[in-house]
Formats: sequence, C-alpha cells, structure tokens
Amino acid sequence: MILRALLLLLLLTLPARAERVVAGISADNIGITTAFDGSSILIFGAVKRAAPEPDGPLGVIVTLEGPPQKVTVRRKTREMGIWVNSDKMVIDSVPSFYAVASSAPLDRILAPETDAKERISVPVAVEAYAGPLGRSDGRPFAEALLRLRAGSGAYTVSERAVTLAADTLFRADFDLPANLIEGDYTARMYLLREGRVIDQTWAPIKVRRIGLERFTYVLSREQPLAYGLLSLGLAIFAGWAAAAAFRLIRNS
Amino acid sequence: MQIYLPIAEVSVNLFLLLGLGGLVGLLSGLFGVGGGFIITPLLFFIGIPPTVAVATGANQVVASSVSGVLAQFRRKAVDVPMGMVLQAGGILGSGLGILVFNWLTRLGQVDLAVQLAYVVFLGGIGAMMLQESIRALRRANRPGAVRPRDQSRKLVHRLPFKMRFRTSGLYISVIPPFVIGMAVGVLAAVMGVGGGFIMVPAMIYLLGMPTKVVIGTSLFQILIVSAFTTLLHAITNQSVDVMLALLLIVGGVVGAQIGTRLGAKLKAEQLRILLALLVLAVALKLGLDLVLPPSELYSLQTGASR
Repeated sequence: MILRALLLLLLLTLPARAERVVAGISADNIGITTAFDGSSILIFGAVKRAAPEPDGPLGVIVTLEGPPQKVTVRRKTREMGIWVNSDKMVIDSVPSFYAVASSAPLDRILAPETDAKERISVPVAVEAYAGPLGRSDGRPFAEALLRLRAGSGAYTVSERAVTLAADTLFRADFDLPANLIEGDYTARMYLLREGRVIDQTWAPIKVRRIGLERFTYVLSREQPLAYGLLSLGLAIFAGWAAAAAFRLIRNS
Repeated sequence: MQIYLPIAEVSVNLFLLLGLGGLVGLLSGLFGVGGGFIITPLLFFIGIPPTVAVATGANQVVASSVSGVLAQFRRKAVDVPMGMVLQAGGILGSGLGILVFNWLTRLGQVDLAVQLAYVVFLGGIGAMMLQESIRALRRANRPGAVRPRDQSRKLVHRLPFKMRFRTSGLYISVIPPFVIGMAVGVLAAVMGVGGGFIMVPAMIYLLGMPTKVVIGTSLFQILIVSAFTTLLHAITNQSVDVMLALLLIVGGVVGAQIGTRLGAKLKAEQLRILLALLVLAVALKLGLDLVLPPSELYSLQTGASR
C-alpha cells in the first residue's frame, strides 16, 4: 500500500523533474557605503533538461524579496477643518522590498491558483506575508500600502524583464533603490509551463551597511550617549572652527 | 552625487544638503536667527523622516549658536546669570518636550503637532514682526511718536524670588525667565528649533532686557538647550543623523558669512520686513497643507524600534 502510494507520488513528480532550474547571482553580498546610491543585481540561470523539451511556451519568473518590517498605515480625515491622522492599521510583517520580473505578462504564464499557492505576484505575496488583516474594514489600508510602496519603487513588477534565450538561458536585472534597508534578501526563481510551477530554486542575498555607515549606525544604537556626545562635539567644533576661520579671513 | 544617510536610511544628493545648509546659513547671517524653523520643514520636504529631521535640526542649531555666542562673549553681551535661569527652565522644558514628542510619535500625530506649532508660532510672530517693522518705518518718517509700554512688565516686578541681573541692569523675579526658558525648551524639543525667534521678543517685551544683551544671552541659552535636546533625542529615539548634521553645518557656515555681508548692505527695517514676510510664507504654506485636502490620505510608518 505504502509502496504503491510512493510509486504514484514518484510518477506524479516525474514530469516536473524533467526540467530543472540552475541559477546564479552576480553578488550575494551588497554593502551599503556612504556613497551608496542604489545598486543593480543580475540574476541568471539555465534550464537543465533530462528529456526533450515539451511543447508549449516556457515561462520564467524571478522575484526578489527584502527583509520583513512592521508597518503602520495611517489614514487622514478632516477634523474641525484640518486634516489629521485619525485611524491606523498595524501590519506586523510585510516585505520592505518586493520585485517581480517575468519573461512574459504574468497573467499569461502564471495561473491564479498557482499564484495563490506559491505567492508570487506582488499583492498575493505581500498579503500572504501580512496574514489576516485583523479587521473587517482593513482592505483600504492594505490597498494603500501596496499603492504607496509601488509609488516609492519598493514593490515593482517588470513583465518581460527576464530575457530568455533559446528557452534555456535566462537573465533578470534588478535595480535596487538608493533607500535600500539592510537585511537578508531572498531571490527566487520559478520555471513555469501551462501556468504551473514545474521547478523553483532560491538564493539568499545579504545587504549590509559597511565601513563608516556601519560604525555610525551601530554606535547610535549601542552607545547612544557616546553617539550623542560625538554629534555634539562635532557640532561645537564646527561652530568654533567656523567662527575662528572667518575671524582670520576678516583680520587678514 | 548621492550620499546615504546612516540613520535616516535614505540617499540624498550631497549638493542639495549643502545647498539647504547654505540657504539656512544665509538667512541666519542676514537676520540673526538660528534658522531651525526653516530647516526642519525643508528636511521633511526632501523626504527625511520627521523624527530624524527634528533631532538633527537641534544638532545643527548647536553649531550655529556656538559660532554666534563666541562673538557675543567677546563683546561682553551675554548676561550669564540670566542665561542660567533661562537654562534651568530650558532643560526642564526640553525634557518635557521630549516626552511630548515621543508620546505624539506613538500616537502618529507628530507631523500634525509640529506643523500646527509652526503655523501658530510662525504665523503669530511673523504677523507681529511685520506690524512692528511697518510701524517702525512709519515712525522713522514721523519723529516724536511714543512707543507703547507693555503691561506685563508690572507683573514681572510683583512676583517673588527677586534676583539682580547686572549685565541687563534688572532686578526682577526669576519666575518669568524660568517660565520663558521652559517654554522655549519644549518648543526646541518638539519643533527641532532653537527658539530664538520666540526668546528674543520675549526677553525684550516681557522681561524688559536691553536689546544689546538679548541676542548673546538668547544664543547662550539656546546653545545649552539644543545641546541637551540633541543628547536626549540621541538617547531616547536614536534619531540624530550625524552625517546629515555635518553636511548642513558645512553649508550653513559658508552661507552665514555671505548672509552677514549681504545684511550689512540693507537697512534694519527692510531686513525685518523681509524676515517677517519669509516667516509668514512658511507659516502659510504649512497652514495650507493642513487645510487643503491632501492628495494621498494614507501614510506609512515603518520600523519596530520606535
């Protein structure tokens, strides 16, 4: 009985194993330095086949997800003639960054039920992350989150940004914004046929502040008093130096 | 050339920041104000988070008041005992202000509170200054007019705990300066400003201090209060961005010198009218933002640390 079930499982998974994705990333470490003004990252890969290529178009989707954050969405209403934040919804965990690139328009290569299961497209992925909204009238807040994040470039969809050569090699270029936050990012690659995922893989990308950025940030969090005194010292020195320098200029 | 700010977590153009600092320095050299009331809204505008803008604004005020107060000390135009009394009030007020600020941040109303404070104070002071300087211009044409006396000066003489302030030539109760210092401390913490634009008129009109020691004493008190505010923000919010502050300071130092030269070529009354109009314009802009329907009703606040 168990043997038959296993055999059946093997048979079911066998066609999916006929094509596999092998992938690479141009950099698995991104350092945020003082001069950081965004970065681009190249995710590339190949399709490995054990059998001749099946009929029908091959689809490739590559996603890049940033570390989760707690977000408070606030809504303004008019109170006594002025616009004030009067209502809010706290979402405990949503990706700080989420980019989707695909080899063709998503609705052509990704079936809705696959999307629901694998959580690939932006709204599905973000809402799956956030979990249940916790209030019945939370929908406008969730939509506002998606809209604001899309507007700021944190959530992006670039259909046809994955270039596919001879149905075997693919590459996707992602532009990372200048206001990137540090943390562990994940790149995921999906191979699709007829709207279903036939293979997938993922790779981590670490984004870290380095050098002076790291020093300043760590100091401000771990030694706030020392950091505050340092800021003050620099300001006092700059003020004194300015006064002294200009007195010299005026006297000469 | 972009620069990534470690605490604000945004990347901003280096020259934009130097330019902003320069603009504020220009104003401070031209009008003798700290410029905090301009820089904080401008930082909001270029996308610096409000908590970082307010805390870093306070740090920038430290630098500009140091260079000012040194020059005033050399001229012996600082009333140190008066400064100390204002200070004591200021430190209490700044602690209170930080509590208020953190409470408002949790409520999500910090932007509103800061904007309202700007509209009320800038609007009020701008209107008063404009009225006063127009009257002064008229008076220059019509000599012999009497300046109206302020009623509150009588109250200053009736309160207990009197103290002698030699440099100012005053013998008054310590309560009014203490209260004024406290009010400015609260404002400094909540608005990220030095409060000179409130302190100076209060010292002249409420305490009756001679004008020549007012600027120095005000700068002296602002220096300590904004230093204390910076430190408290750094400890409680971790929101002072030292990189941002340095760039603003460097721009500000250069701007202040240009402003001082430019100011020497203009008449005092004209300068005051210009400053009044500038202050009113900022108040009007912020006021309109509160009243007009915003283009986006929703806003996001991230980070679990705050």
